[in-house]
Amino acid sequence: MKKLARLLVSLLLTVIGLLAVTFFIGRVVPTDPALSIAGDRATTAQLGAVREQLGLNLPLYVQFGRYVAQVARGNLGASLLTGNDVTSDIARVFPATLELATVGILFGAAIGVPLGVWAAVRRGRLADQLVRLMGLVGYSAPIFWLGLMALALFYARLGWVGGPGRINVGFLYSVEPRTGLMLVDCLLARDWEAFQSAVAHLVLPGALLGYFSLAYISRMTRSFMLKELSAEYVVAARAKGLSEARIIWRHALRNAAVPLLTVVALSYAGLLEGSVLTETVFSWPGLGQYITNALQSADMNAVLGGTLVVGAVFIGINLLSDLLYRWLDPRTR
Amino acid sequence: MSLSRRHLLLSVVLPAALPALAQTPRRTLVQAMAIDDMISLDPAESFEISGGELIGNLYERLVQFDLDDPSKLSGQLAEGWTLGADGRSYDFRLREGLRFAAGSPLTAAEVVYSLQRAVRLNKTPAFILTQLGWDAGNVGAMVRQTGPLTLNISVHEAFAPSFVLNCLSSTVASIVDQRVVQAHPADWLRRNSAGSGPWRLRDWRAAEIVVLDRNEAYYGPKPQIERAIYSHVKESSMQRLMLVRGDVDVARNLSPQDILALKANNAQIKLTQVLKGTVYYISLNQKNPLLAKAEVREAFKWLVDYEALGATLIQGIGKPHQNFLPHGLLGASDEAPYKLDVARAKALLAKAGLPDGFKVTMDVRSTQPVQGIAEAFQQWAGRAGIQIEILPGDGKQTLTRYRARKHDIYIGDWGTDYWDPHSNADTFARNPDNSDRAAVQPLAWRNAWANAPLNREAEAALLERDTARRAALYERMQAQFRAESPFVMIYQQLQVAAVRAGVAGFRLGPTSDTTFLAPVTKTR
Repeated sequence: MKKLARLLVSLLLTVIGLLAVTFFIGRVVPTDPALSIAGDRATTAQLGAVREQLGLNLPLYVQFGRYVAQVARGNLGASLLTGNDVTSDIARVFPATLELATVGILFGAAIGVPLGVWAAVRRGRLADQLVRLMGLVGYSAPIFWLGLMALALFYARLGWVGGPGRINVGFLYSVEPRTGLMLVDCLLARDWEAFQSAVAHLVLPGALLGYFSLAYISRMTRSFMLKELSAEYVVAARAKGLSEARIIWRHALRNAAVPLLTVVALSYAGLLEGSVLTETVFSWPGLGQYITNALQSADMNAVLGGTLVVGAVFIGINLLSDLLYRWLDPRTR
Repeated sequence: MSLSRRHLLLSVVLPAALPALAQTPRRTLVQAMAIDDMISLDPAESFEISGGELIGNLYERLVQFDLDDPSKLSGQLAEGWTLGADGRSYDFRLREGLRFAAGSPLTAAEVVYSLQRAVRLNKTPAFILTQLGWDAGNVGAMVRQTGPLTLNISVHEAFAPSFVLNCLSSTVASIVDQRVVQAHPADWLRRNSAGSGPWRLRDWRAAEIVVLDRNEAYYGPKPQIERAIYSHVKESSMQRLMLVRGDVDVARNLSPQDILALKANNAQIKLTQVLKGTVYYISLNQKNPLLAKAEVREAFKWLVDYEALGATLIQGIGKPHQNFLPHGLLGASDEAPYKLDVARAKALLAKAGLPDGFKVTMDVRSTQPVQGIAEAFQQWAGRAGIQIEILPGDGKQTLTRYRARKHDIYIGDWGTDYWDPHSNADTFARNPDNSDRAAVQPLAWRNAWANAPLNREAEAALLERDTARRAALYERMQAQFRAESPFVMIYQQLQVAAVRAGVAGFRLGPTSDTTFLAPVTKTR
């Protein structure tokens, strides 16, 4: 009980700290939020009226206090740019990012882990070099460029996948948005054609994001596996005559899985922040684009709301991976 | 395995094989366009480029200029008008049978309501109407209904009639459906439409999509297209790919490279272009004593290679232009006395006592083509010994500095606010109060430049009731401006749209609010 209370207090402090830092950074950015709303042509009087309305004339700490009080009541305020409640905006953009990030991490982990294992087993051989090369390209190629090239090839030239956006415009109003997750909504609507279109649009950005997390995951898997493979219990297992496959997949990988889980969880959390560049290239209306647009217009309610969500996602995923950790590793119980 | 499950499995494994060449629905026009600038669709408030285009399609105004000759006006909702002898009173007569999208008739009462509403709300674009002498207090008396289909509008001075009518052709003077607006909360109109235009707003998701549906109650000829979609695509290259694939019918924000590529090798795609009412300039803050010297101001005008600029950086998106009035406006001038002449610039600098040049900063927003032009300008100025340090920034940051007069040199653009020469004369040439706390802060003020003769001429031109003489006045002002101002005018924006074969009747308007979608048809 005491432990839980301590956890909650530390969570609360983290959230307030996060809010404070974002808030004050937002206020020292040399952009005038009133100007974003009223526009370049507004007169000084009109700008003044907007400032008044937003409470920008008040001292910073009063503005911050007001904001925290408002958030505590569950109200994130209205976005200047979209005119909607930030809550409803985020409810609209976050599922898009969630869908993309989930596909990305599934892709990254499903391919990255076996690749890393393979590289570790074949250490120093051709396979290892190939995996390393793949990882290097993933790390170093700008996602922007890679995205454009992939679209130019798979979408424009070959026509294998859908283009930018989440679905063909033809299906736009035939599928009712229930969860905001396009695939799920299409399934709920039992509209297979729309589902195909959504899949075709999701494959490329999902694979691209997956490739980036794959690069990281495969490198980390390799190093965890190398450590395990040189451990004494592996030698013992070999001496007992266990098959190599069993040693690698059942014994070594299971031990490597514990730290690997953290790596995958953190990659997933990173993807959930929304990848601004991927979202821009693929015209994907997700959280990354939303926060970036908001930042550029000094739309602080939207920025703070978005940051809160990202913070909550990080905290949530960390908690989850801690729980999984305990389940995977009996020693931590 | 049931059929649907196999279908499902296939669609996961082979997304590739399924969607054949993409095509937009037959009766839907899909455009790829950057629409993330849109904040409000309330005509009394909206002042963004993409918002203007939508309002132009959703709403109608009393008068509208001629797309073929934008210096000529004709009635849109108005059948005709007469001007009183004192030059201050206009009687308007509306067409019969006008109707809003909601079905109710559009009469003089709604016109009066809409104009009064825009003035009373006093949002950013309201100045276009309040400069006629209207304010929240007097607009009730100055804009009034005189019959079911007639109204009287009075203005506080005997302005040039072309000026008054041009103001009434702007989006802020759009007519809204009073009954619908009053039945909803005050900010409802920001995200919904209540107009009489050929379209109605179905959906707008910020930075994602805007959908217009045909107004089935439209009193005029209905569009052939049933739905018009603006899909937010920020990247030019992406717009191009989608256009080539057939996922969109029109691409609206193409870079010079993509325009060239489309021009070169695609029979499926046509390009259409129009000169826009936006001019690009480099301005010199007169608070900097070096930049305030007349010779230095002139020297900079000889340090731009206008010709090379037109052939490279702005090819396809702009046309060199050295005057503050864009081509197409009443009184616009095509005079272009300046060219790149480093020797001449050096001589001028020597005359100003700066033979070795000087150091200066330039605020540049990090977008193309502005950034590229700034870098080229840095090179040209360097040849005369002027060292320019570029201060890059996001658009709103540089604008915040510019508005506070904290810059040395700024590179910017100005789109005409309403289709009248006074709009640009008022900002480039007129600066009645140059003090730091001035109530109006036009571009001339932002560069701390006040020129008394030009102030007087701008005011005289506003009152000149003879249109030909009015045009001549603007030509004279521009000559003086070219010689003396701290503005190096560089080019006028050219807007290009790429349209797929099978789409006909798509035409870009010279202002953002005159790209009308109603005449567009699709044959496939």
